Amino acid sequence: MYLPKNHSRRTAVAVFLTPSLIGVFVFCLIPMVSSFVFSLMDYDLLAGTMKFTGLKNFIQILTGKEFPQVLKHTLTYLVLYLPIILMASLAEGMLLNHDFPGRGFFRTVFYLPVITSWVAAAVVWTWVLSGKYGLLNQALAVVGIDGPAWLSSKDWAMPGIVMAALWKDTGYYALMVLAALKSIDPTYYEAAAIDGAGSGRRFFSITLPLLSPTLFMMVVINVIYGLQVCDAVLIMTNGDPGGATTVFLERIYKYAFKQYKMGVASAYSWILFILILIFTLVQFRLQKKWVNYDA
Amino acid sequence: MRKKRSVVGTIAFYLVLILLATITLIPFMWMLSSSFKSAETIRTIPIRWIPEHPSLEGYRRVFNMEGFSFVRASLNSLFLSVACTIVQVMSACMAAFVFTKMPFKGSNKLFGLYLATMMIPGTVTMVPNYIILRMMGLLNTYTGLILPSLANAFGVFLMRQSMLSLNDSYLESAMLDGATLYRVFFVIVLPMVGPTLATMILLAFMGSWNSYLWPLIVLTSTSKQTLQVVLGNMNGIYKNKENILMAGAVLTIMPILVVYLLTQSKVDSGISLGGLK
Repeated sequence: MYLPKNHSRRTAVAVFLTPSLIGVFVFCLIPMVSSFVFSLMDYDLLAGTMKFTGLKNFIQILTGKEFPQVLKHTLTYLVLYLPIILMASLAEGMLLNHDFPGRGFFRTVFYLPVITSWVAAAVVWTWVLSGKYGLLNQALAVVGIDGPAWLSSKDWAMPGIVMAALWKDTGYYALMVLAALKSIDPTYYEAAAIDGAGSGRRFFSITLPLLSPTLFMMVVINVIYGLQVCDAVLIMTNGDPGGATTVFLERIYKYAFKQYKMGVASAYSWILFILILIFTLVQFRLQKKWVNYDA
Repeated sequence: MRKKRSVVGTIAFYLVLILLATITLIPFMWMLSSSFKSAETIRTIPIRWIPEHPSLEGYRRVFNMEGFSFVRASLNSLFLSVACTIVQVMSACMAAFVFTKMPFKGSNKLFGLYLATMMIPGTVTMVPNYIILRMMGLLNTYTGLILPSLANAFGVFLMRQSMLSLNDSYLESAMLDGATLYRVFFVIVLPMVGPTLATMILLAFMGSWNSYLWPLIVLTSTSKQTLQVVLGNMNGIYKNKENILMAGAVLTIMPILVVYLLTQSKVDSGISLGGLK
């Protein structure tokens, strides 16, 4: 754009850029670096003591008893959550891609859990999953199943959290699927119909390959978010029963803001960050095997 | 486009649709129904969806809690959400304006750096940000909660995309007519990127209203706590008093539901931009 290169321009650049520069440097880049420095220290915020200890925090975490548990719980969450969220949002997105009376209504309904805060969702789901009088167990009782006391059972607490998360997130990814479906050129389907392809064939030979870039992004995003699952856990189980639902961010929160061990918390957050990086890189490597960018 | 589906296909379609919609809606119904029951009638087998004796006990208790005020928390949430939204959106728009219309030596590299910060998860910056606020003496202050909203690389990216398509000639003619850069920004640029701006405002507002962990950490005194934090605390305090909890949940969801229903089309277009969450 034509602008006089003068003093007033330089002032304007400074004025316009300063707020976001402060944000990016003071609350993003500097914290990133200092977090790494803290992770190498024994840093007790309450006592106000800081001592450089090298990799001690990392070694203690990685060789401790807690870490394998935390990893296991987080991965359990992901393994249960990921396939179902993909299938459910694919189904919902495909349903919404049809023209039918009441489409707008159903679209809104599916999106309601997404705009609901995690706190409210978790409070409601705690009651849904409650032992004898909870909604789910009453529904299960109708078909003759004696449901567990979900959130107070070591085995069922995490599946309970996953159910709440699926309920909360499906609508979000369904609209992502819907947007991708809308961008598929209808001539593909017309050509397939002329060739006599059935609906199953059309789904596997056209829809799925053309959706694969979107599905890939969904897997990547879901893994990143899934590794950082927290609000739901803090409110529904707080890591209990007996530490059966401890996850990364919940640990970081407790170390930092309950015990004020900032060094350990920082080391934990770096381990999580590196894990996220590894998972994401591996997925980008694997995408060649199944993601189709030809269309 | 496609040939008419068979009767069986249509029935199957609606069955799946209604099943999914029921699964989605039923926890909301359960919440509403429970919120209008008294503590004695909330645990029944079978479930009574329409309370026999509707009771406002849950709502009354929510508004008369010992130690903290639900109304106060709602006002805190409203104020903080608006403030965070303004800070977040303005800082992003201003930066995007510089990157698109006033490039300088190295500005592309700086923008690259902004993009790189999108990779940094909030998980890593949470602890140091807390310590930084502590050093600034801003813990347990509204300012402390709001300030980190200045960092919004994703917003800068979004607004930059939108501003790139603005024709320079509008801005230039305004400048020739003697308008200052600030006037051009507020009177020409912002209105012209209106749709993206509206979407971003809504996503920012909903994100702030629903956020939990950061307000939980920063605002410690009960008079400053937000609605989400108070509802989270209630979950610990009112175990087995689900009518109170559900009334609290209803009241927490209501405002954002109204905002969403009024602005739905804009929020939905934000999803294709990859926002919200």
